[in-house]
Amino acid sequence: MAAPPNAVEERLDSVASSTAPVIKFENVSIAFEDKAVLDGISFHLPRGETKAVFGVAGSGKSTMLKLALGLLKPDAGSIYVLGNDITQMSEEELFDLRRKVGIVFQESALFDSLSVRENVAFRLIEEGDISDEEIERRVREVLSFVELEHTLDKFPAELSGGMRRRVAIARAIITEPEILLYDSPTAGLDPVTSTTIVELIVKQRDVYKTSSLMVTHRLQDAFVMASHYFDRQANQMRRLPPGARGEVPMSFLILRDGKVIFDGDAQELAHSKDEYIREYIS
Amino acid sequence: MAAGDLLSNIELISPSQFAKEKIQAVQDYALLSARAVVNLFRRPLYVADMIQQADLIGVGSLSIVLLTGFFTGAALALNSANTLQRFGSLTLIAQLVSVSMVRELGPVLTALMVAGRNASGMASEIGSMVVTEQIDAMRALGTDPVKKLVTPRVIATVFMLFFLTILADLLGLFGGAVLSTLSFGIDWHQYWSSGWQILVFQDVFTGLVKPVLFGFIIATVGCYYGMSARGGTQGVGRATTQAVVASSLLVVVVDTVVTRLLMTVFGYR
Repeated sequence: MAAPPNAVEERLDSVASSTAPVIKFENVSIAFEDKAVLDGISFHLPRGETKAVFGVAGSGKSTMLKLALGLLKPDAGSIYVLGNDITQMSEEELFDLRRKVGIVFQESALFDSLSVRENVAFRLIEEGDISDEEIERRVREVLSFVELEHTLDKFPAELSGGMRRRVAIARAIITEPEILLYDSPTAGLDPVTSTTIVELIVKQRDVYKTSSLMVTHRLQDAFVMASHYFDRQANQMRRLPPGARGEVPMSFLILRDGKVIFDGDAQELAHSKDEYIREYIS
Repeated sequence: MAAGDLLSNIELISPSQFAKEKIQAVQDYALLSARAVVNLFRRPLYVADMIQQADLIGVGSLSIVLLTGFFTGAALALNSANTLQRFGSLTLIAQLVSVSMVRELGPVLTALMVAGRNASGMASEIGSMVVTEQIDAMRALGTDPVKKLVTPRVIATVFMLFFLTILADLLGLFGGAVLSTLSFGIDWHQYWSSGWQILVFQDVFTGLVKPVLFGFIIATVGCYYGMSARGGTQGVGRATTQAVVASSLLVVVVDTVVTRLLMTVFGYR
């Protein structure tokens, strides 16, 4: 059997050393126009872990991400982000907390009147006390991370869907957030571009050890993430050696009718006896 | 589709629900307006955005405002001349144009022009940002969209409408002068002299207070409808129309109230 990759070993050490959850939902409920979207859900995201969130359309996955960022307030329950109960925080206090959390929206949500450079640098420019040289250096650094350095002066309308998604990732990670939220990052993309995005997410997980919640419809993306690690030397994603499956910090959460019906790792998901889950993953 | 099907698709709202929604809308508008003002005293101030908006709103509206002012003054002179001639008071034409333009028509027509052009622009721009999640993205990136988008538009509109109104007043007087001179043989210098002398402090004050209020109304209403846009491109279109209708209507209603109020304050004739 091949020796366990160094990245995986480091990852395991890191996760073991810090188990405090970075996100915790406690009996969270929210309804829109009297229709319950989330109905008393509870789960937590341990530091360093990436949790893939599944559910049919309209099951409240994107709502969950917006709740985690304080963009929506729940009707009931508590949400803790980095130890802060965000349901009790004002919008002004949330602005400070959001500097530690990055989000990639489903349709990228890039500012269409700003260039790629200005989009990616937005948060740094808003902070106001960073020099232009430093901003330029960091923008180039994150754009090179997503391999889009050549698009600096382009506008979002000039980019393909996959490129916009990668710029959105660059914008989310420029301040090195402790938590990343991905809303269907591969939706509507071709398989090759999807693999590129998945590789970037795995790289973010394994190299920068960022805790993440990833909403997705594509089960295969999450299974790829659970069965691969990022090899820093080769600068590419590699399959875990046989027997090492489950050793990367990856878990799964499934929503149904506003409730959490599964929260566990890939092994538990694969061996679930629940009929709905078996049908979902088949 | 049959008429029955169409009717069954129309959602009926109870009167109490309707009233609740309207009160909620007024409350949201008041809160947005208050936040736009309070943000003036909180950093960062987004001066560059204010200048950009001032250029878009002020310089961009200059041509329509000047043309509206000129032709309103000319039409006013033309309409008044007929009546004044009957009483042998044609020389009063400059006074009539001057007082009407400065106190009423200049501020109101300029505001209506700017409302048509800019309230719609603000509602559609901000509305598009709402439906494409750009506003959520801005909040997620730690920036207050009210501070970044609404406050600069309010300041720029108030500031520029003030000066646009002065220019519209001047062009109105000029339009009246051109028409009076060419059509009725009024002496150019006499026109300007009597038009100038009739104006008192109350006229000018009334004419300059109104654009400040109208500018605030246009920008806050435009931004409010933009921020409230829901339902994709159709929702943005609806928000744009509503912004123009509501801001224009509010301008004429507030105009009447303010005119009455200032008349009372000044014990005006």
